[in-house]
Formats: sequence, structure tokens, C-alpha cells
Amino acid sequence: MKQAKVIGRVFASRQCCGTDKKILLLIQPLDWETDTPVGEPIVAADTVGAGAGENVFYVAAREAIVAFEDWGGDVLINEPLPPVDAAIIGIIDGKNITEKNKERK
Amino acid sequence: MFVGKVIGNVWATRKHKHLNNLKLLIVKAIDPINPDKLTGEATMAVDKDMGAGPGDIVLILDEGGSARKIIKDSKAPVRTVVAGIVDWVNYKKEEKKYA
Repeated sequence: MKQAKVIGRVFASRQCCGTDKKILLLIQPLDWETDTPVGEPIVAADTVGAGAGENVFYVAAREAIVAFEDWGGDVLINEPLPPVDAAIIGIIDGKNITEKNKERK
Repeated sequence: MFVGKVIGNVWATRKHKHLNNLKLLIVKAIDPINPDKLTGEATMAVDKDMGAGPGDIVLILDEGGSARKIIKDSKAPVRTVVAGIVDWVNYKKEEKKYA
């Protein structure tokens, strides 16, 4: 479960089964300790209503689909689960790092 | 699974409903016999009823299916979970007590 910053939105008028009506956001993964960007921006589906510039946390891989099994949003009966590989699952209000790395390389 | 140290915590009001009542902790892998030597990348782990807090040496499980078993919620979108609190580690005749 990683930290990221919402940097934009992605629209697609033609989408595969299940992803329609899901909000797709462009996020930049960040390091937990230093808040510095890690890697390239990715597209993630939103479950919490995050907006631009907010720090969020997300899950990748299979867990992203689990996030849509019972997420409190509009779920149609027998709707297929969306084929996503990253899902935003919370908006960070604050964090407290008590220990910095003592032995830096 | 790996031995890690809790180095911080996160609070979030708006989160996935299956994350309610879970503690959000930032953990980092350590050298099992030298808790001052942090290795790897920090990740967020959830804690249901282990009662881990900042500074504790914990056992971290980083796999979704088992993580959902541990928190007993098959629909929780979690991957990294605190699976235990480490009492001691024995490595090459060296013993390190944490409890």
C-alpha cells in the first residue's frame, strides 16, 4: 500500500466492461518517508472521491479489484468487477514519521 | 514475511469502508539482529488487533490473500498487514531480544 499524489484525471469514452462510471485519476507514487516521487505516474481507479493535489494511498495488483467488491459506490446487480490494477482507497489527512533512516547509503 | 519496524503512522478520515477500525502504520524492513539498520522501502501496513505502535519490531506479511485472512474481512483491499510482534530473533548463535 503506497502513497501517491493526484496529479490529473483521465477520461475514456470507450471503456471495457465494468470500468465505466469509475473515476480514473492520474497519480504520481511518492515515497512514504521523504514524499519524493518514485517512478512514473500511473492511472488508478478511485473509490473515495479524491481530488487534484490530494495525497492518497492506493493498492495495486489484485487487491485493486477487491476494493471494488463492496466499496459503497453505485454497484449494479451482476455488474462485472472492473479490470483495474491500482485503486485509491483513502485520502491521507496526516502522517507522523517518528524515525528517519539512521544508516543512509 | 519479513521483520520490520514501525516508523510512523497515518490517519485518514475518508477511506474505503472496509478499512474502518484498522490502524494504518508505516513500516520498514530491518536487519533482524540490528534494529537500527533500516533496509528497503517504507510501506503502509494495517493492524487490526495486534496493538503495534511506532518503535515496535513486527512481523509483516506482504500478500493480499493472507492479509485478508488475518484481518478476517474477505472484501478488504489490503495487501500489507502486521502479522505479529517479534519477541526475539536468533541468528548465527547471536540472539537479539526485543520484547
